Amino acid sequence: MSDKLIDRVVPRQQKEWDIKGALNFIFGGAGAGLLVASPFAAALLADPRPFLALGLVLVAAGLFSVWLKIGRPWRALHVVRRPSTSWMTREALIAPLLFGAGAAGVVTGAPLFVALAALLGVVYAYAQGRILKANIGIAAWRRPACVIVVVATGLVEGFAIVGLASLIWPSLTALGYLVAALIVARFIAWTNYVADLRRTGAPTGTLAAFDAFAPRFLWLGHAAAGALALLGALAAQPLALALGGALAAIGGALFKYTLVCRAAFTQGFALPKTPARGRSKPGPGLQPGWERPKAG
Amino acid sequence: MSATAQKRYVMAIDLRRCVGCQTCTAACKNANATPPGVQWRRVLDIETGDFPDVQRTFMPVGCMHCANPPCMHVCPTTATKLRADGLVTIDYDICIGCANCVMACPYDARSIQHVAKYAYGTPMKSEEARFDAERLGVATKCTFCKDRIDLAALTGQTPGVDPEVTPACVNSCISDAMHFGDINDPNSNVSKMLGRTEHFRMHEELGTDPSIYYIVDGEET
Repeated sequence: MSDKLIDRVVPRQQKEWDIKGALNFIFGGAGAGLLVASPFAAALLADPRPFLALGLVLVAAGLFSVWLKIGRPWRALHVVRRPSTSWMTREALIAPLLFGAGAAGVVTGAPLFVALAALLGVVYAYAQGRILKANIGIAAWRRPACVIVVVATGLVEGFAIVGLASLIWPSLTALGYLVAALIVARFIAWTNYVADLRRTGAPTGTLAAFDAFAPRFLWLGHAAAGALALLGALAAQPLALALGGALAAIGGALFKYTLVCRAAFTQGFALPKTPARGRSKPGPGLQPGWERPKAG
Repeated sequence: MSATAQKRYVMAIDLRRCVGCQTCTAACKNANATPPGVQWRRVLDIETGDFPDVQRTFMPVGCMHCANPPCMHVCPTTATKLRADGLVTIDYDICIGCANCVMACPYDARSIQHVAKYAYGTPMKSEEARFDAERLGVATKCTFCKDRIDLAALTGQTPGVDPEVTPACVNSCISDAMHFGDINDPNSNVSKMLGRTEHFRMHEELGTDPSIYYIVDGEET
């Protein structure tokens, strides 16, 4: 037997959802976050329509990316056939509503449509989190904490991109407080998520991928980004908020790439007991490639 | 409910007997013409213990035909279905190859082949004859040889007893480690065997209710 097949005893990094699959979550989450942030931009006297439009473009780019990835793209509309249990179907059904409300908001600028698009943005980001959670074959995704961190990341990205626009509309610098608060919320969600994985057990490769990513995510994606966003708001410095927003958004995108591609290891196989042979009794089992929860 | 609807076909594999010969793997490839790199049935080779007290266990794995299949729940197209007799099936005409089911399966049982592959690059005549374009770009996995199971309904034979209606891997097993049958029939071979042996199911804690039982102790099978 080849080494490749022997390796399948231990969890292996999934390869089916590559960067194209990850882009659905990167663009989709950021786009949904932008839709959520649009009414806040409007409240600060900025025109929400460019943000709505960009949000829709990002969501569309994510869906287009995953369309390029699927094996039978010309049958893609079959995706809507199982709303009863499939979050992928639900995401596909939410998308036209989101595009409808968002397009109406872009054309009319009416607060009702802007608010409706924002609400659907939250639902869309949540559906993306649930797509991951439903995939119980990937230990890094099936925890409820994963949904929270995915939604939080999408929101941070959306507001962070609006923060970038403070270079054009300086009145948006006040949004820096909210950007900083959301970065703190994402930090809490992220640390809770990783702690949850360690507490409940996860493939060694999953934890190694997150450990490798954590320092940059912590210092650049959270500490520096949050401080700059806060500075931007406090000192009315659009450049600081834009820099903080860029770091937060890039950090979020890299986190989702790590989550979907690098830290996504399969369950692998376990042997609860070794078989009894001859007169022996069953021996202790094992689950290779896993870091089990610490006792106590 | 018909008698068929009450059946639940399962596999019982005696790990004490499996010698890791991979005959089941070869039989599956022969029966189902899976391409290179795709194995619906494979045998894991697991080493345990510390020298000199070591043990080697061979564990055949594949689709567990779960009664609560996560692959079906996430499938957005309804291509993956759970039959009344417990078999989890894929409709190749509906599947879009999104790989959601691949991610949902904790048994690494599904694969998607995007381009045709042949053992030696260019197809041999046998590969040409058995090539199935329907299987490109869609999820595939072990079917429990469902064509044979369906044949049983026509012939009146019993899967797990009559070789013509029993999965190829089970038929091929040289050490009689693999058994197949209806666990809802208390008189079936698998029901009796599981009643007198100690066994486990893979990753039961995930709530999938898998249909492959691994025997590790108890009476000889």
